[in-house]
Amino acid sequence: MAAPITVRVQLEDFDLAAEVSALRRGRTDIGAVVSFSGLCRNEAGALNALELEHYPGMAEAEIRRICHEAVTRFDLQGATAIHRFGRIAPGENIVLVIAASPHRQAAFDGANFIMDFLKTSAPFWKKEHHADGSAGEWVSARDVDDAARERWED
Amino acid sequence: MSTVNLVYFSWVRERIGKGEETLELPADVFTIADLLAHLKTLGAEYEAALEHENVIRAAIDQEHVAHGEPIAGAREIALFPPMTGG
Repeated sequence: MAAPITVRVQLEDFDLAAEVSALRRGRTDIGAVVSFSGLCRNEAGALNALELEHYPGMAEAEIRRICHEAVTRFDLQGATAIHRFGRIAPGENIVLVIAASPHRQAAFDGANFIMDFLKTSAPFWKKEHHADGSAGEWVSARDVDDAARERWED
Repeated sequence: MSTVNLVYFSWVRERIGKGEETLELPADVFTIADLLAHLKTLGAEYEAALEHENVIRAAIDQEHVAHGEPIAGAREIALFPPMTGG
């Protein structure tokens, strides 16, 4: 059967267990499920919230392109990617990626691949809002994220 | 002259001072690079937003493109900084 790909860009939180259940529902051929959750973290108590801006339409389309590539490259049995936008407080979820395959390595690699490309090519931008109420800065792109993506290009 | 819808995000949007606009482009604007050069003639806010052209990313009709990409036939062109999601 074709590997189901689920992509959502949403304001509201997601439920990891519910998303894994949805991916597995009615199937007995899946041997490995790997999930990654990205959270809003507070460094030294200085952050009040992150504001995530996105490009509606392209954000979904780009994540779907990345998931399709991962499913093809690693022969995944399914992939789910959910990315939130709007104001997100420390401790809250930002992103969820789930990859399913017959054996563990492809699921690990698939989830890893999707996250590496999502960080550098899905149109989202983070802005920091400080705990002292001062206007925050846009988060800068990190070279280490580009390097993480480039290691898949061989 | 051709008409194109432009959309801006993150600090590109903030510096230009608007999220979207429709512009008539001169006939000698063929590529994204030409578009960036043209926009920088429109005012100080565009110059500030697009000062470092090498970091500006572009998408045509919601797909990433390089600065050399022709814009003929584009319905929507987006300009934005490097992405920081995930």
